[in-house]
Amino acid sequence: MRIAIASGKGGTGKTTVAVNLATQLVKEGYSLALADCDVEEPNVHLFLPGIVFQEREVHMPVPVINHKTCLGESCQSCVYLCRFKALIWMVDEVMVFPELCHGCGLCQEACPAGAVSDGARLVGVLRHNDTNGGLAVIDGRMRVGEAMAPPLIREVKAQADSTGRDLVLLDCPPGTSCPMITSVQGADASILVTEPTPFGLHDLILAVETLRQLDIPIGVVINRHGIGDNRVEDYLAQEGIPLLARIPHSEEAARAYSRGKLLVDTLPEMKEIFDELWLATQKLLPATTEEPHA
Amino acid sequence: MIIALSSQGSSLESAFDPRFGRAQGFILYDTESGETRYASNEQNYDLPQGAGIQSAMNVVKAGAKAIITGHVGPKAYAALEKAKVDVYFSAAPTVSEALEAFKQNRLTLAQGADKPGHW
Repeated sequence: MRIAIASGKGGTGKTTVAVNLATQLVKEGYSLALADCDVEEPNVHLFLPGIVFQEREVHMPVPVINHKTCLGESCQSCVYLCRFKALIWMVDEVMVFPELCHGCGLCQEACPAGAVSDGARLVGVLRHNDTNGGLAVIDGRMRVGEAMAPPLIREVKAQADSTGRDLVLLDCPPGTSCPMITSVQGADASILVTEPTPFGLHDLILAVETLRQLDIPIGVVINRHGIGDNRVEDYLAQEGIPLLARIPHSEEAARAYSRGKLLVDTLPEMKEIFDELWLATQKLLPATTEEPHA
Repeated sequence: MIIALSSQGSSLESAFDPRFGRAQGFILYDTESGETRYASNEQNYDLPQGAGIQSAMNVVKAGAKAIITGHVGPKAYAALEKAKVDVYFSAAPTVSEALEAFKQNRLTLAQGADKPGHW
């Protein structure tokens, strides 16, 4: 079972919810994988001091043209068909701009002369730790200068699935564009974290609309409850979206966060809040899904 | 020799377009005959990515041996360099003024891209 922790707005508390929920569930006997899908700025590891990762490089395929077998100016199929405009015909040969390639492989399919083969572009480094008791942790660090996050995110998710844990928690990047959609795809349910402010509501609505398109059941956690106004709760009631939990705003919570401490280890009331959050999250899942057991 | 000038419109009096890849179009000026022709760049100027190199391919296919524009990034410059196209930068307000500056040898030949890459 996979649960995606997402939001429209950045900085609402996705990682706070992910690491605290993961820690709480492991204490209760669950075996789970926590995947930090925000490969542009991973931060789960900040809350797991001392964690040691195994690392491996992740590449994606990009075209390499054999200029001897290429049919040349009369063909140019790869140039015309590339949707990402990564190839051009220049003077007497095809020029490839690998940094623009999305790795779809169409140029290779289309070449009548078999002159296109696979090269590789380094997209980043995948890190994983599968020795930390009940919790496996996976993240990715995108190469500086790389523009495309999805190939690395897909590897992070595949690595999390390969741990064979009962439950995979996906800490997703903010926004509603390709990195977020790649991260939430295939999730059985999604926890959307928001703050009770006009900005929080605006971006929450974008995330709700995106996840509805993807047919992923959603519930909402209001973080920093007590600031802002009631518009988020009014919206949830109006849309019939379950409110999974309210995490109260407090200076103690902010202080714990800024020191890389977990709320469930620091503030006594948090254990109950995260237990309730988990109970409510399970109700989002289709009735046929078996609950993972402790 | 044909020179491609990035332009926001179809005549010499049009506003000079400081963008290369996302120029509205190009005025192609023939230095021998003095004739001009307009090539729209509308297939490229709103591409999500790759506009610079597509524009480079198109001006080269149109026979340009030099371009005059506001800025060129590294990928477009690499493509133009392969075709041995000379790149000149200008900040002129109109295409005709950019062309006049070129004719009076007031533009210097670029030695590389003047902007970093982006996607």
